[in-house]
Amino acid sequence: MTQLALVIDLNVCVGCHACVTSCKEWNTSGDAGSLADLMPYGKDPSGTFFNRVQTFEVGHYPETQTVHFPKSCLHCEDPPCVPVCPTGASYKRAEDGIVLVDYDKCIGCKYCAWACPYGARELDAKQKVMKKCTLCVDRIYDEKLPERDRKPACVLACPTSARLFGDVHDPESEVSRAIRERGGYALMPEWETRPANQYLPRRESAPCDPPTPSSSSPR
Amino acid sequence: MDTSAPRTQAKTTTCYMCACRCGIRVHLRDGEVRYIDGNPDHPLNHGVICAKGASGIMKQYSPARLTQPLRRKAGAERGAGELEPISWDEAMSMLTDRLARIRASDPSRFALFTGRDQMQALTGLFARQFGTPNYAAHGGFCSVNMAAGMIYTIGGSFWEFGGPDLDHAKLFVMVGTAEDHHSNPLKIALSKFKRSGGKFISINPVRTGYSAIADEWIPIRPGTDGALLLALTHELVATGLIDREFVARCTNAGYLVDLDEASERHGLPMRDAAREVEFPLYPQNHWWWDEATDRAVPAHATDATPRLDGEFMLEGKRVKPAFALLEERLRECTPEWAEAITGIPAVRIRRLAHEMGTVARDQAFELPIPWTDAWGTRHDKVIGRPVAFHAMRGLAAHSNGFHAIRSLAILMSLLGTIDRPGGFLHKAPYPRAVPPSAKPPNGPLAVKPNAPLSGPPLGWPAAPEDLFIHEDGRPLRIDKGFSWEYPLAVHGLMHNVIANAWRGDPYPIDTLMIFMANMAWNSSMRPEEARRMLNDKDANGEYRIPFLVVCDAFQSETTAYADLVLPDTTYLERHDVMSLLDRPISEFDGPTDSVRVPVLPPTGQCRPFQEVLVDLASRLGLPAFTNADGTRKYRDYPDFIVRWETEPGSGVGFLSGWRGTAGDRSLKGEPNADQWARYAENNCVHHTKLDPSMQYMRNWNRGYLEFARDMGFRKLDNPLVIQLYSEPLQHFRLAAQGRRPGRQPPEHLRERVAKYCDPLPFYYPPLETQAIDRDAYPLAAVTQRPMAMYHSWDSQNPWLRQIHSHNYLFVNPLTARAQSIDDGGWMWAESPWGRVRCMARYSEAVEPGTVWTWNAIGKAPGAWRLAPDADEAERGFLLNHLITDELPQGGARISNSDPVTGQAGWYDVRVRIRRAGADEPEMTAPAFAPMPALPGTRSRTPAWIAYFAGRKKST
Amino acid sequence: MRPAYSVVFLTTLIGAGQGLFVAAFMAEAVARLAGESVPTTFLVRASIGIVALGAGGLVASFFHLGRPERAWRSAAMWRTSWLSREVIALPAFIALAAAYGLLHARGHGGTFLVGLLALAACIALFTCTAMIYACIRFLQEWASPLTFVNFVLMGCASGFTLAAALAAWQAPALLAPFTTGAIALTLAALVSRVASLKRNARLQPRSTTQSAIGARGPDAVQKSRGFTGGSFNTREFFHGVGAPGMRAILAAFLALAFVVPVALIVAGRDGAGPWLALAFAVQYTGLVAERWYFLADARHPQNLYYQSVA
Ligand SMILES: Nc1nc2c(c(=O)[nH]1)N[C@H]1C(S)=C(S)[C@@H](COP(=O)(O)OP(=O)(O)OC[C@H]3O[C@@H](n4cnc5c(=O)[nH]c(N)nc54)[C@H](O)[C@@H]3O)O[C@H]1N2
Ligand SMILES: Nc1nc2c(c(=O)[nH]1)N[C@H]1C(S)=C(S)[C@@H](COP(=O)(O)OP(=O)(O)OC[C@H]3O[C@@H](n4cnc5c(=O)[nH]c(N)nc54)[C@H](O)[C@@H]3O)O[C@H]1N2
Ligand code: SF4
Ligand code: SF4
Ligand code: SF4
Ligand code: SF4
Ligand code: SF4
Ligand SMILES: [Mo]
Repeated sequence: MTQLALVIDLNVCVGCHACVTSCKEWNTSGDAGSLADLMPYGKDPSGTFFNRVQTFEVGHYPETQTVHFPKSCLHCEDPPCVPVCPTGASYKRAEDGIVLVDYDKCIGCKYCAWACPYGARELDAKQKVMKKCTLCVDRIYDEKLPERDRKPACVLACPTSARLFGDVHDPESEVSRAIRERGGYALMPEWETRPANQYLPRRESAPCDPPTPSSSSPR
Repeated sequence: MDTSAPRTQAKTTTCYMCACRCGIRVHLRDGEVRYIDGNPDHPLNHGVICAKGASGIMKQYSPARLTQPLRRKAGAERGAGELEPISWDEAMSMLTDRLARIRASDPSRFALFTGRDQMQALTGLFARQFGTPNYAAHGGFCSVNMAAGMIYTIGGSFWEFGGPDLDHAKLFVMVGTAEDHHSNPLKIALSKFKRSGGKFISINPVRTGYSAIADEWIPIRPGTDGALLLALTHELVATGLIDREFVARCTNAGYLVDLDEASERHGLPMRDAAREVEFPLYPQNHWWWDEATDRAVPAHATDATPRLDGEFMLEGKRVKPAFALLEERLRECTPEWAEAITGIPAVRIRRLAHEMGTVARDQAFELPIPWTDAWGTRHDKVIGRPVAFHAMRGLAAHSNGFHAIRSLAILMSLLGTIDRPGGFLHKAPYPRAVPPSAKPPNGPLAVKPNAPLSGPPLGWPAAPEDLFIHEDGRPLRIDKGFSWEYPLAVHGLMHNVIANAWRGDPYPIDTLMIFMANMAWNSSMRPEEARRMLNDKDANGEYRIPFLVVCDAFQSETTAYADLVLPDTTYLERHDVMSLLDRPISEFDGPTDSVRVPVLPPTGQCRPFQEVLVDLASRLGLPAFTNADGTRKYRDYPDFIVRWETEPGSGVGFLSGWRGTAGDRSLKGEPNADQWARYAENNCVHHTKLDPSMQYMRNWNRGYLEFARDMGFRKLDNPLVIQLYSEPLQHFRLAAQGRRPGRQPPEHLRERVAKYCDPLPFYYPPLETQAIDRDAYPLAAVTQRPMAMYHSWDSQNPWLRQIHSHNYLFVNPLTARAQSIDDGGWMWAESPWGRVRCMARYSEAVEPGTVWTWNAIGKAPGAWRLAPDADEAERGFLLNHLITDELPQGGARISNSDPVTGQAGWYDVRVRIRRAGADEPEMTAPAFAPMPALPGTRSRTPAWIAYFAGRKKST
Repeated sequence: MRPAYSVVFLTTLIGAGQGLFVAAFMAEAVARLAGESVPTTFLVRASIGIVALGAGGLVASFFHLGRPERAWRSAAMWRTSWLSREVIALPAFIALAAAYGLLHARGHGGTFLVGLLALAACIALFTCTAMIYACIRFLQEWASPLTFVNFVLMGCASGFTLAAALAAWQAPALLAPFTTGAIALTLAALVSRVASLKRNARLQPRSTTQSAIGARGPDAVQKSRGFTGGSFNTREFFHGVGAPGMRAILAAFLALAFVVPVALIVAGRDGAGPWLALAFAVQYTGLVAERWYFLADARHPQNLYYQSVA
């Protein structure tokens, strides 16, 4: 059985947000659209996005690692968000493992969002239905797109090709190999959601020499 | 599915959400933009796109779009934003009359300065034809140090003119770069490089973006890189880890320098007057001291090898090889010396130098590419040294940047990595002569009523004779470029125009035209001052800057100050060229240029500025734009682009592709009426791949040099010898020392010129650091480019502003706690010139002596059609309020700029920080009066949007 | 979590309704065993109260939905979703309670059988409501049997208090059992609620920033959540009340839901209806506060991804 997923290479992600806005622009006019933005020109603008790129710091100066961390729905193989849905609007496709929401069935009860440990779901403020990453299901099977373009918008956008897309159940796929060879890992393994999306860790960097305390200014 | 339904179509053009200029496909549905993605067939971005490019939709449909020409209401104050619509006819005749009057009296009273555009070939031509020297683009406040420092050394530079060959490199050292112009291509190359096992080192006080994925981060104190680079060079020379053969053949290291104190050519390379020279402009008649025969021989003699050390007698004069002088200069520059300045441990500096040197030496490789050098020697291979560098404004934006960048260029040269695989590679039309042959006008006679300027307004001075000054030394440009204050101001000093014009120093002007620059905000230092000056009147109630024309596409802060606003189209609505005559998108392997073609109709009455200039030039009857009988020569901008040639019949024009009547010629050929159509059919880009024999060693590659001459990139085909030791600088120094006949600097500048026009690189603390009490302002403050924002202009983009609607000052926890400033708490940052209240964000990824924030996030209330209480206005801030455009000097003031190039010293500012009082409002300061909506912008902005292109899905 | 008032009222109202039913039906059951009878008016009025409370809860629940017009769809997934099951159990309980009251009103027989069915529905409803929260394993504050015990005990406590108030007017004979029951249940609820508070205070969150991003180092800190404005994730999962505020609310509900009501019930033990009515009003208010606190108290692991703006 196929399980499509994204594998994200934190070793090359520079945190450019290309995947964030290309996701937004594709999906707002796509099957999942529209994706509302509140106060677009005012205080505290806020909108529906399927993908966020966050920044973390690990360690202390000067041994600091700055980690750019893209996060979208992980299409869990054991998705807690699905069984809790009272309407069946949330479902996981047997054929390719994509977890989707049927926007016509959804009653906007938010229960699935409560049941997602990763905060991957966002209730659209205007349509009042739950939305999330669709793995660009309205792209990847579109026969009318050229073969090369039948990939998620964020994957095609990513300038560092940090976003790999494929079948993690096919041991020979690019993604499976990357996970094997680069030590791919899952987020919050403690909840046994078995995320299909996985992350490739930073390659260890050379340690630096002891710093000299920074004096006030150049002499 | 909608991507395929007949109601959708895709058109290719070139992005302009930033200056990188990637190829894009704009997918339309029912005439609305469905989505924009990268063009897979484009050589620059190969199909990828960035956060900005993918948000073009929100720019196109922004409520801040200007849609009609505006004029300041009679009696309204500048800055109040009280403007009224007028017709294009009124606007154009108003402008034509005024400019015609100026041109008939004194053309230099018209100043044209441009910002983020890359159409300087056209704007420069317009200024030259108009006859004003007061023209420049943003380069002066941007990165002119990068251009000048490297071009005056190796004839090419980073920025848009060359870059690191990461396909072949094993070690990549990035200095002071956050995002840069080569945005997507650099990201593509960087990940390929890392995945193929290369080692990536970043030297930067801050670890974000690219530096985040560096294998090694070397934090450095801002403004001290010059010391680091000199120390690294010291180590390489001391340990012999340099490419001696390359240095001897390809640089002026072996040139014998005149050390005769009495000589008026003291410190200049000896020349053999007897030898007849091929290129009088760049005479190749220097001397080497031959190792084998132990006597002076003509430089570059094929059978000779120059001594790089020692002292000799030549024509009765004491002489030394230039390299020996460099070595003496480096002697003091030990790692220990640099450690004290940079904060980088000496051991680490040594290790770094050793790593560079050994990788360059031990991992050298050969490409079986035959080529012939300029001196006629044939080579059967090209040697690669896999150590690549990249640097940008972290080096450039300091008042000591020119020499720091010279130091870097010299380091790269000693490693033998110039235009070699794995190192630095040029991009056409570079390399150019060291320095290029184009010179600025050099005296008052260059400016005449109703006549074009004698030459281009900007050029490359090689000696005091090339300065643009009165005989008594007074500057002739409004920005004082090419004066003794900034002799090599090759990009002008846009950051001083407003202050100088306001003060009438060196002289008052009448009309200032600003295109694509937000000078009343993020591109000015101390914007409050700039705003005051723009609105200031003289004794008789006249504005000190009488007429201000702003051409912009959006309601920027600056539009509020305009007397006349010209609404421009967006990049999706106009024709545009990225020309080889300007800043093309060339690849390492050959000249590449590209175009924009309209994919959408203009909004409202918007008109492309390109059209406005061609129209204006025709109305003014500027020679290049008019027929002999005085009639208009070019129908419109596209027509101009196709038919204009550098010289009648030269066959060289704006675009290199599909030239010749049959459209089958590249680079050179008769104008072709179908050129635009060909570009449109071919992804809007034209790439000429050079024969491998012309892809490397281009400074000395006969085949390439002849090709470049024939194609009009250069006038000559002389070899471009690297100037480790800078002859032009020594000419200026000699004049300052009074040793040289001809032009002399005014007394008060002699010392300055003599000190900073040093033919060898040296480190000095930034001018601002020299001018202030360092201990009172213990911290350096810098900004960085956010990858998801382009300067000021994306705050009107709802998708991008959600990522950066306001900014924080990043402070190392040690530094913040010392002032009891909380993470996320309100604080003050104060410099000697101003103060801002902002919020703090602790960061372990910043050198403790440095604080930083994202650039250009803060906005004036109401600008960009944002609500007056938008985050940008209440919690966002500009560091610019802390940065000064001028420094006190004796009684007078001097620009806060590099004393050689006039590069704005953005990153020299020093600050102290303190916790904001509990009683203070949780709001940024300084605060500004709200700006009203300009006519033609959307009067009410929506409380929500849910963008969906075209007809709604029938679900 | 940010407590939704729709949910607060839904669970407290139906809880009281269920408690009231348990009180009424137990009264009838005990009476039958003793061969006595319970005044019909009391049982009818009680049933009206039960239906009213149930219906009130039902109405409140609609305010929780983004698309209430589609609410009918929510019964579909009863096989997997406790929410779906609740959607079935609640109307069922209301209907059976109504039938129970109707039969009594009409003086028909079979009330005991219908009562038994309603009791089953009542227990099912308690289970569904509690399990909606208890089944989310990573909301550790909720994922405990105590959640069920608390819902039952608090529902019954408030129900018995209300029953006592009603009894003061309709069936003085039942005063003693109801007041004693109310006091007992309230004290029991207090004990189990305090137990769950103790448990939650000791909880070690199993998710950390390290596990959230898979960082190697022990000291990973978020600098930017990726946007500077708001989002659904920052609105839905943060209650935004500081520690002092939370402590105040805790004290308030401990007093109002448990201590004060017991005092008032004792005061009204011998038939002072107003005191008992007041006791219910106070206890219900306390339970609203308790339910708010219960929801807010849960620390959602997703919050690890939304810690800092930059
Ligand atoms: N503190 C600090 N200040 C800095 C810098 C820094 O690093 N730190 N960087 C400096 C540098 S390097 C630069 S280059 C400058 C850049 O500063 P500016 O040159 O001012 O550039 P922007 O702010 O990007 O935009 C200028 C104007 O271009 C307009 N514009 C956008 N698209 C179009 C168009 O299609 N047509 C027209 N006519 N106008 C358009 C925008 O509305 C905006 O008003 O900032 C400088 N200022
Ligand atoms: N997304 C996006 N891309 C852009 C722009 C934009 O606004 N947004 N602007 C464009 C423009 S106009 C320009 S000029 C380029 C500029 O391209 P960059 O030069 O990459 O831009 P900056 O943000 O100025 O980067 C300066 C870097 O140098 C570091 N730095 C500061 N001082 C020092 C120092 O003394 N030593 C060292 N080693 N490092 C130092 C800063 O921390 C920062 O990382 O970017 C272009 N590209
Ligand atoms: S586009 Fe790629 S590099 Fe940029 S943030 Fe997303 S994953 Fe990282
Ligand atoms: S990430 Fe969240 S929403 Fe996506 S499948 Fe897993 S649990 Fe469901
Ligand atoms: S919000 Fe929609 S998808 Fe989520 S649980 Fe409720 S009905 Fe299902
Ligand atoms: S796969 Fe598609 S929907 Fe999911 S994050 Fe990427 S672009 Fe967005
Ligand atoms: S890098 Fe610049 S040109 Fe390229 S896609 Fe992004 S915004 Fe457009
Ligand atoms: Mo710039």
